[in-house]
Amino acid sequence: MKKLLTGDEAIARGAYEAGVRHASAYPGTPSTEILENIATYKEIYAEWAPNEKVAMESAIGASMAGVRSMASMKHVGVNVAADPLMTYAYMGVNGGTVLVTADEPGMFSSQNEQDNRNYAKHGKFPMMEPADSQECLDMMKAAFDLSEEFNVLFMIRLVTRVCHSKSIVELGERKEIEVKPWEPNPMKYVALPAHARILRVQIEERTAKLREFSEVCPYNRVEMNDRKVGIIASGPSYYYAKEVFGEEASYLKLGFTWPLPPKKITEFCNSVDEIYIVEEDDPYIEDFVRMLGFKPHGKDLFPPYGEMLPSILRKCLDGEELPTVEYAQDKVIKRPPTLCSGCPHRGFFYRLGKRKNIMISGDIGCYTLAAGPPYNAMNSCVCMGASFSVGHGAQQAFDRAGVDRRVVAVLGDSTFFHTGINSLLNTVYNNSRTISVILDNRITAMTGHQNNPGTGFTAQGDPAGEIQLEPLVKAMGIKHVRVVNPNDLDAVDKALDELLAIDEASVLITRWPCVLKKFSQEDIDEFEGMFSTKNFVNQEVCIGCRKCQKTGCPSLEFQDEEKKMLINPDSCVGCDVCMQVCPVQAIQKKQ
Amino acid sequence: MTKNVLLTGVGGQGTILAAKMLTIGLMEHGYDVKMSEIHGMSQRGGDVISQVRYGEKVLSPIIEKGSADMIVAFEKMEALRTLPYLRPEGTVVVNDYEIPSMTVSTGLEKYAKDVIQEIQKSANKVFAFDATKMARELGNAKATNVILLGTIIKIMDLEDIDWEQIIRTNVKEKFIDLNLEALKVGMDAVNK
Repeated sequence: MKKLLTGDEAIARGAYEAGVRHASAYPGTPSTEILENIATYKEIYAEWAPNEKVAMESAIGASMAGVRSMASMKHVGVNVAADPLMTYAYMGVNGGTVLVTADEPGMFSSQNEQDNRNYAKHGKFPMMEPADSQECLDMMKAAFDLSEEFNVLFMIRLVTRVCHSKSIVELGERKEIEVKPWEPNPMKYVALPAHARILRVQIEERTAKLREFSEVCPYNRVEMNDRKVGIIASGPSYYYAKEVFGEEASYLKLGFTWPLPPKKITEFCNSVDEIYIVEEDDPYIEDFVRMLGFKPHGKDLFPPYGEMLPSILRKCLDGEELPTVEYAQDKVIKRPPTLCSGCPHRGFFYRLGKRKNIMISGDIGCYTLAAGPPYNAMNSCVCMGASFSVGHGAQQAFDRAGVDRRVVAVLGDSTFFHTGINSLLNTVYNNSRTISVILDNRITAMTGHQNNPGTGFTAQGDPAGEIQLEPLVKAMGIKHVRVVNPNDLDAVDKALDELLAIDEASVLITRWPCVLKKFSQEDIDEFEGMFSTKNFVNQEVCIGCRKCQKTGCPSLEFQDEEKKMLINPDSCVGCDVCMQVCPVQAIQKKQ
Repeated sequence: MTKNVLLTGVGGQGTILAAKMLTIGLMEHGYDVKMSEIHGMSQRGGDVISQVRYGEKVLSPIIEKGSADMIVAFEKMEALRTLPYLRPEGTVVVNDYEIPSMTVSTGLEKYAKDVIQEIQKSANKVFAFDATKMARELGNAKATNVILLGTIIKIMDLEDIDWEQIIRTNVKEKFIDLNLEALKVGMDAVNK
């Protein structure tokens, strides 16, 4: 049967057909939909792990126990998972294991553009790069077979356009794979130096065999046409190049990209006059081709960053893109993303941004939007979980340097479970006096509402143990804990006042659900009446001061002619934040 | 020849569902189809683009600047924003409907009154109508997307495909009749 699937959906389908029984992941664009789709197959145990390291280790354990297992994550997630990954690459597998990394050339929703192909080379484990959805499915199945054949985990490297583009896929049947017996094997599974030294030598033998396989692997294929121009490309860059160079040029399409095949590349390069290497991010293939003694075009022409879209290639090659129409560019308005109407982060950041003499250490989530106007309430954002530890470091430095400045560190519930817990341990242990804020909106919101250890449900929708934040942070040694409804501005202020007055570590938990989440019965019971009302502006009373718009709510629309504010009744959900800001009580509430 | 249709709008307008139904119809008709979406922050009020390419054999899933045979904008500013993608002889279908952004509602920018006229200055073939109003008249503004799907089908000459069946299998049961009507309204909009 043929079906239109995104790359992420096809990866999930490939896992299903390959007989995978265990999948673990942490959400992150553009990889999230892989596990979301895997979770729909009842033959596979699928879980959200609190972070990527845990996901990788979960997959390793399942492999040791004898089943085909996988972990999927965004590119920066592999940094978190790198510790187990690098050593597991020494050990080899029992059940086949695949790590899927979703990279982001162009950084659509990421903080950096790292090229995770370097991890394969760095860790000496094999890698494949699909160019479309059919290859996603086929390569997943191949990767599991090869993982067991060569006794090593495989990495599949995707990029955003493969993850989120749909193309036609021929579906197959699931192959049930017997669970392999588990036997104690300390030489393989206990990474002591004495064992690792032996395994290290064996890696070289394994790599030699993998390199031979790369030479004959059908995913490294040559298309010979005219010999003047030869293109070497991997992933979707192959299609981009073909859009531009067409059927005249010859192609070496590389799908199995660690180890690269030196003989096949040499033969191809010798058979064409000029070599062009089209690849996104780093000159990963190019460096290898140069090492073989050739002088290809690559990053001398094409940028070492961003996507290698056909328009970019044309511009670099011919100096111009396809002809376009003239248009009134100056009339195009900006449409920046905003916190939604009813977003529980709004009230908190509205008030926090008004505080003087603080540093706000931020983190990754929807709430990173607080860095911009009108809140201007975030001074740093590095990586998942960093807010608490960066905040701690800054507080220690301020205090020791005699700088009178308090640090307020903020992160979301899922980010806290991800790696914020470790950071809070450091805050307590090393006697910091930061104010650590957990914005608990009852879900992992930004990536599209995934469950996490605090929501009470698993990835497959089953009831789960629910970690309670307040007792947890108290047990960790935080003596001063406040829990507030972030829509109640006075309560937010009171809590901040109290905690800023204390010279010890404290935690503030804001607790109100994301307006877009699917509410559980527990949510409905706890947050009685949520989002069921509307606010409106009494036009007689409104003085047109626009103070309410400083809350940044998209439901507030100023009427230029009347010089009055209007609240869009279609989008308002009655959070009352604007109502508390209005200096003349023009904003009211209707049930 | 590969045909390129670019659908654009603001998060929540149903562009993705319209693009999905379009691609399913094209695939079942025997075309090779690729579709690409960028929707990272669209739920938070950003713009959203779905790119649909179809033909005998489609290579890249991305529509290049200067190559869209058709731009279908669910919101008029988004038509203006995506005009660089239009092939100079291509067609623009634009919903004459305005969604202000935060920069407009907070007074940082003005939403120009003459967006449709500007589009008409740039493109040869422009179909502008208030599909959201038409959808409201049918009973639900959310049917805007299927009205615009009807317009795509008419202009791209895809009427041979069994769209009724595709709507029946892809929308919630209680909205089937509404959307079948919307499809017809969208197709008729081009004749007027």
